[in-house]
Amino acid sequence: MATENVVAQEVESGMPQLDFSTFPNQIFWLLIALVVIYLVLSRIALPRISGVLAERSGTISNDLAAAEDLKLRATEAEAVYEKALADARIESNRIADQARVAAQADLDAAMADADQKIAAQTADAEANIAEIRASATENVAIVAKDVAEALVAAMGSSADQATIDAAVTDRMKG
Amino acid sequence: MASHTATETTEAVTHGADGAVMSADAVGAGDAAVAHGADAAHDAGGLVFHPLDQFIVRPIFGDGGIFHPSMPVPPIHWYTPTNVTLWLALAVLCVVLLFVVGSRGRATIPSRVQSVGELFYGFTHKMVEDVCGKEGLKYFPYVMTLFVFILFANFLGLIPMSFATTSHIAVTAVLGFGVFFGVTILGFVLNGPSFLKLFWMSEAPLFLRPIIAIIELISYFVRPVSHSVRLAGNITAGHAVMKVFAAFAGLAIVSPLSVVAITAIYGLEVLVAGIQAYVFAILTCVYLKDALHPAH
Repeated sequence: MATENVVAQEVESGMPQLDFSTFPNQIFWLLIALVVIYLVLSRIALPRISGVLAERSGTISNDLAAAEDLKLRATEAEAVYEKALADARIESNRIADQARVAAQADLDAAMADADQKIAAQTADAEANIAEIRASATENVAIVAKDVAEALVAAMGSSADQATIDAAVTDRMKG
Repeated sequence: MASHTATETTEAVTHGADGAVMSADAVGAGDAAVAHGADAAHDAGGLVFHPLDQFIVRPIFGDGGIFHPSMPVPPIHWYTPTNVTLWLALAVLCVVLLFVVGSRGRATIPSRVQSVGELFYGFTHKMVEDVCGKEGLKYFPYVMTLFVFILFANFLGLIPMSFATTSHIAVTAVLGFGVFFGVTILGFVLNGPSFLKLFWMSEAPLFLRPIIAIIELISYFVRPVSHSVRLAGNITAGHAVMKVFAAFAGLAIVSPLSVVAITAIYGLEVLVAGIQAYVFAILTCVYLKDALHPAH
């Protein structure tokens, strides 16, 4: 046992990395590991991942194209909407103008009618006033003649009706 | 690591006249010797350092295996299932879980695991395309294999009590020289003898070209060495440093500092694990680019 230990200690002295007796073992298992990894990667993993990546980039570009298309359609729809809005605005202005013009015409007609009525009434009233004024002057002359006749009678004299009338008329002119 | 059976046997030897010499020899040695040295260190009341024990290749089953680490490690045959086998298998399992099980839904809107897998795919795919161009994409599965294998091996090695397969030069050298030979053969197959234009700088002045060619040639043959030693060295150094700090945690006075240091270095090692996998993969791409477009 002791001699074995001494032998082992001589063989294993120094770095384990430089123990050439383990090299065949390490190289054998390393080559197996590398071949397995290579086969796993090149046969299964890498084609699968590259397929997934290609599919994803295809999906993304499709989606981007669809988004672009939708954006275009949204822009078109917006333009149509804007146009409809502008048309409606113009139409509403037109209708408002029309209504205003019609209302103005009605108003003008009513005003003219009213003015006419007022003028007619005014003329009537003026005629009435003139008539009343004329009749008043006449009545004053009659009253004056009656008063003058009564005064003459009251003074105890009598006078000719014609003379009184002439005198009153003469006085009223004065 | 120090166990009683090993300790007792070694003590039987140590308690001879040359015991002191034996324990001095044993410091920094392998498993059985470490048990011996550790025992001696305990006797002296000192610290126990054996930061390289974590890299020992052991069988999974039997004496000296990962469940009986105190026993001497038996001879390892090429087919023995070892801790290397175990942790390589776990790396393979992680790759399968992430890339096959994770993406099994093939969902257009991915689950979390699937999107992580897609992230790795996209990252590596872009790296290969950016460095090598469109023609390099044919070799994308090879680069992806190397990248995800190294990444998972590095990260699995960071689990406490685990075994870092990429800390072994045997593993990284297979990876590095595999890239080297693959790229060189590919270069000649695709370009024929004109692949040698890689070493002939047509922009340089004529008298400098042979000198540059020699330098380029040397640097070309150093590539696989630097490629593999860089990875193994980084992982080994990080793990060994952590183990040294862990040993310091045995001293009550410095243990808080030691724990803080381990935490900091662990964070650094997480970075290193990712960065080294990335560096290995992007250098593979750069070498591949030389094979595809050798003219400067």
